[in-house]
Amino acid sequence: MKKYTYTEKKDTRSGFGAGLHEAGKKNENVVALCADLVGSLKMDAFIKDFPERFTQVGIAEANMIGIAAGMTIGGKIPFTGTFANFSTGRVYDQIRQSVAYSNKNVKICASHAGLTLGEDGATHQILEDIGLMKMLPGMVVINPCDYNQTKAATIAIAEYEGPVYLRFGRPVIPVFTDPDQKFEIGKAWMVNEGTDVTIIATGHMVWKAIEAGEKLAELGIDAEIINIHTIKPLDDEAILKSVKKTGCVVTCEEHNKFGGLGESVARLLTTELPTPQEFVATNDTFGESGTPDQLMSKYGLDAVNIVEAVQKVISRKK
Amino acid sequence: MKHTIKELEDIASQIRRDIVRMVHGCQSGHPGASLGCTDFFTALYFEVLNHKTDFTMEGRGEDLFFLSNGHISPVWYSTLAHAGYFDKSELATFRKLDSRLQGHPTTHEHLPGIRIASGSLGQGLSVAIGAALAKKLNGDKGYIFALLGDGELQEGQNWEAAMFAPFNKVDHLIASVDYNGQQIDGPTSKVLALDDLQAKFEAFGWHVINTDGNDMQAIVEGLHYAKTLTGKGKPILNLMSTQMGAGVDYMMGTHKWHGTAPNDEQLAAALAQLPETLGDY
Repeated sequence: MKKYTYTEKKDTRSGFGAGLHEAGKKNENVVALCADLVGSLKMDAFIKDFPERFTQVGIAEANMIGIAAGMTIGGKIPFTGTFANFSTGRVYDQIRQSVAYSNKNVKICASHAGLTLGEDGATHQILEDIGLMKMLPGMVVINPCDYNQTKAATIAIAEYEGPVYLRFGRPVIPVFTDPDQKFEIGKAWMVNEGTDVTIIATGHMVWKAIEAGEKLAELGIDAEIINIHTIKPLDDEAILKSVKKTGCVVTCEEHNKFGGLGESVARLLTTELPTPQEFVATNDTFGESGTPDQLMSKYGLDAVNIVEAVQKVISRKK
Repeated sequence: MKHTIKELEDIASQIRRDIVRMVHGCQSGHPGASLGCTDFFTALYFEVLNHKTDFTMEGRGEDLFFLSNGHISPVWYSTLAHAGYFDKSELATFRKLDSRLQGHPTTHEHLPGIRIASGSLGQGLSVAIGAALAKKLNGDKGYIFALLGDGELQEGQNWEAAMFAPFNKVDHLIASVDYNGQQIDGPTSKVLALDDLQAKFEAFGWHVINTDGNDMQAIVEGLHYAKTLTGKGKPILNLMSTQMGAGVDYMMGTHKWHGTAPNDEQLAAALAQLPETLGDY
C-alpha cells in the first residue's frame, strides 16, 4: 500500500474559495453569486478583489440560479454558492430548465454536502444531490476529495464550457493530494494499485479508503484504490480496467446508495462486466444532528465499514 | 416610427392568423394568451426593439427580450419568422416531431431568437435580470425586455426577482405583465387573486406604468415611454391589460381558450375575422 501522509487538515470549501479566487484572476468573465452564505462558502477573497463581479442575492436561491443563467448570455461564467441542499433540491426545476436544458455555462458550487455538515441535522444534510444532478442531461458532477483537489477542480471547471455541479464539504480533513495537480474532468485518479479488490471512492470517503487500504494490507489484502472525483462523466475505462484485474468492487460515498456513485458504477458493470459489488453509502435514510465523526460512524461511512465491505465482496468472488 | 400604426396592425393580423393555424395544425398549444399578446409582440419587434436578425446568443449592442410565460410560443414564433429570424414555412412544424418550434421555447434546438428555455413558469424575470447584470458588466448598451404572464406571478420566484431588481438598481429592465386576468382553472380573481399589482410592484420599488395591450398606438407609445424611464435607478414594470383571445371573437373574455385548439369550423370562423396581410405560411 502506497504511503499517504499529510501535514495539515483543511476543509474542501476553503479549496473552493481559493480556486474561485484563482479562477477570477485568470478570467475576468468569472463572476460569483451567493445566497447569504459568503463566509460558509469562503468567497471572501474573490469578493475583496472583484467586488463588481460578485452578486449577493439574499436568501433567494431560485432567483440566484435564474440570474446566473441569464448572466451566461452576456458571456459570463457564473459560480453560484450555497449549501448543497439549497443548491439542488430547492432549485431543481430552475436548474433543469434555465441551466441544464438551456445548456448554460453555470457552475453550481455546493458546500456542506452530506452528513459531515454535522450538528445542523437532516434539513441541511443532503444525501441525494449527486443523484439529482447526475440525472440531468449534460450536467457534469464533481465531488473532490481534499483541499487541493477542490481548488484544482474549481479552476478547471471555469475553463470547461457547460453546466457543472461541484460538491464539497464543511469539515477539516487531511490534505493529501498534490498541490500542483492538473485537474482533468472525467479522469479517475489511481490512488493505489492493487490486485484483490477495487475500492472506488469519492469526496470525503477517499481518505477513509486510504485508511481502509492500510488496514487491509495488514490483513494481507492488496486493494486497488481509485478516486472518482467526476461522477459524471464517469471514467468507464479506468473502472473497467481495474475491475477486470481484481474481479470485485466496493464503492464509497457520503451519499445515499440510491442514486449515487455506486449506482453509476453498477450501471457500468452490469452492462459491460458483471461483477460483485458492495456499497459503502447511506441506506435510504436522512441524517441527524451530531458531530461529523459520530455521524460517519453511526451511518456506516468509516474505514472499518470499507474493510468489512471488502471482505464481504471478496468472499462473493467466484 | 418605422411603421405606421396601420402597418403594425396588418402585421398583427397576419401573426394572429398564424397562431390559430399553428395551433389548429397540431391540435395543441395555447392560442388565448398568444392572441392577447400579439399587439405587444408586433410593437416590440417591429417598432421598439433594437435587434438584429443575424442572431447571436450574446446580442452585443442589441436589446434583448425574454419570454417567461413560454406557453405563448405561437405568437413569438410567428413574430420571429415575420421579423426575419427564420423562414415562415417552418411555422408549419410547430409542436411536431423533429421541429425547432417546440411546444415551449427552447435553446436546445438552436432556434434563432431564443436565449433561454421557458415553460415551467416563474423563471424568466430572474433570467432577464441576469442578462441585464451581464450587459452592465460588459459596458454593453441595450435594454432588457421581458414578458410575464399574470397568472405566473403566483410563482414565488417572481417576487424574489421583484425584490432583487430595485435593490440592485437594475434600471435598464422593462418587464411587461400580460394582465388578462385569466388562467387555466378560471379567472385569476377566483383562482388566486393578484389584487393590486401596481401597488405590489411599487411597494417593491418598481416604476409601474399602465398600458392597453390591445391598442397598437397605446402599446407602441407605452413601450417608448418606458424606455425614457430607464436609467433612473428603478426597473420598469409595464402593467399591460389584454384580452385573452383578442382578435377572435369567440375566444375573447374567457379562460376556455387558454390551451385548447380550434377545430376546422372554428378555424374558418377565426380566419374570417383576420385578414391575410403578409401571406400565410
